[in-house]
Amino acid sequence: MNNLLNSYFVKTHKLEISITIIAVVLFLIYFLGAPHVFTRFPIYRAFMQSMPFFGIIAISATFVVTLGEIDLSFPSIVGITSLIFGIIMTSTDGNFFIAFILATSLGMFAGLINGLLVTKIGIPSIVATIGTLFFWRGLVNVISQGSGIAIVDVADGTWHHMIFVEKLFGKIPMQFIWFIVLTGLMQWVYRYHKFGNHIHFVGDNKASAQMMGINVDNVKIIAFVQLGFFSALAGIFTMYEMLYFWPTQGEGLMLTTLAAVFVGGTSVFGGKGTIFGTFIGVLIIGSLESGIVALGLSGFYVKFINGLMITVAVTVYALIQRRKN
Amino acid sequence: MAEELLKLQNIYKNFGNVKVLKDVNIKINKGEVVALIGDNGAGKSTLIKVITGVHSPNSGKVFFKEKEVQIKSVAQSRKMGIEAVYQERALCDQQELYRNIFAGREITNSFGFLDIKKQRKEAEKILRDYIGFTSKAITVDSQVMGLSGGEKQGVAFGRSLYFNSDLIVLDEPTMGLSIQETEKVLNFVKGLKNENKSAIFIDHNIIHVYGAADRFIILDRGEVVGEFNKEDISREELVQKMIQLHESGKIKVEE
Repeated sequence: MNNLLNSYFVKTHKLEISITIIAVVLFLIYFLGAPHVFTRFPIYRAFMQSMPFFGIIAISATFVVTLGEIDLSFPSIVGITSLIFGIIMTSTDGNFFIAFILATSLGMFAGLINGLLVTKIGIPSIVATIGTLFFWRGLVNVISQGSGIAIVDVADGTWHHMIFVEKLFGKIPMQFIWFIVLTGLMQWVYRYHKFGNHIHFVGDNKASAQMMGINVDNVKIIAFVQLGFFSALAGIFTMYEMLYFWPTQGEGLMLTTLAAVFVGGTSVFGGKGTIFGTFIGVLIIGSLESGIVALGLSGFYVKFINGLMITVAVTVYALIQRRKN
Repeated sequence: MAEELLKLQNIYKNFGNVKVLKDVNIKINKGEVVALIGDNGAGKSTLIKVITGVHSPNSGKVFFKEKEVQIKSVAQSRKMGIEAVYQERALCDQQELYRNIFAGREITNSFGFLDIKKQRKEAEKILRDYIGFTSKAITVDSQVMGLSGGEKQGVAFGRSLYFNSDLIVLDEPTMGLSIQETEKVLNFVKGLKNENKSAIFIDHNIIHVYGAADRFIILDRGEVVGEFNKEDISREELVQKMIQLHESGKIKVEE
């Protein structure tokens, strides 16, 4: 046992192990407290259905947070790209390719603006992205004039609807399969690609990274651009699930998404993080609401326990970090 | 006549309204160790960052191996054969050693994915052969955070030697080091000459500089105010010049 605790894997994966234990304990509580719900499949199908919408963004946002930056504008990027997707789908009689390419390009463009404001103009990311948060949501309101767009006629029953959100073997929601695949891919990029490596160095120490020949500005810009892309993608998934665009789409995403990243163990100071941790963070944050209600507590407890989880988790990580130093 | 490696001609560099370098002309030959000396704010660090591609000069020409070049990035200066060891060590604390050694020039496949195995193997070699780390506590997977100042400097040196360079730029390499560690650094600088490598060396301590360098260039408020070969000046005289500069703001050049 002692040997196991001192092994190299355990030493280098303290965060991942802590977060996994927290998740297991949480699901044990659900399981013991509400066995009639948690021993049956539907609750898991509901989780698999709803988690990917913010989970995809959380995975992508882990890159930005590892840089020591933050992006608060993604809920509005989800809004504007979903709107464009809806408009193009309905006006082209369901041309998926054009709608997909334009919506994701707009998402990347919005990310590019964030990146340029932060690197070339020099505005702190928390301030710059509050600006763009309002800007894109404002544009959604102006263009949509407050009304929604139904895409049910042009999307329901199509092959793209099938690959985005229908159930594999009649059971597993496709968006969850995509979420797992993207998480694996992003984990690989995060740890083993040059870009992921540069993300860590820039987040760790910008000046040193620059002296080592890393183009700090480009790394930051690309990080914001990919978050713009994945925000658009999450918006498109939501559109297929709901078959409807509504002007506030994306607004509830901010806190759950960022909470998943921080509960997952990625350091807000930059330089260290974990995609696996964010994934587990998504499972925790995404299951709290149903879990709490299933346990028989009223919905009023949801935010309270959410807050408790986040505070406890980040405190544990801060202590682990401090002991290291 | 010695072969010329690097020449800077009429270099100017401003940061906003502050003129940090004013008409700087210097030359470094192959196999020569040149010391840059001067007070804080004299422009030494800025000058070497122009050479390593961290800063671009506002005007002036740079020649490397007798060809005019424009050094626009760190990557480019490295490719030309210039390596730097900074006073800040240029290492990232929370990342593993093997990642630090190859940061900015990772060994990758054509899709940009890292060849972790090869990086670790090469890093292992650098640790043992170039730096001489024998401690079991430090491995290629160690984070930089736990290393002492001298060990960090060792990593920075090992890295600069591994990537076979012609010119090594050393920005206050002995700062914050113990006496033994300082001795190692100075021996390292002297050893460069045997391999016909050149070095530019910044240090506040004139005793260190005098022992290791062939030539001394004195900077003051962004200008070159004096240049001496070691055979023409004794250590005491050099110290006198610096005191004189400090007091009067001028160097008296005799004869």
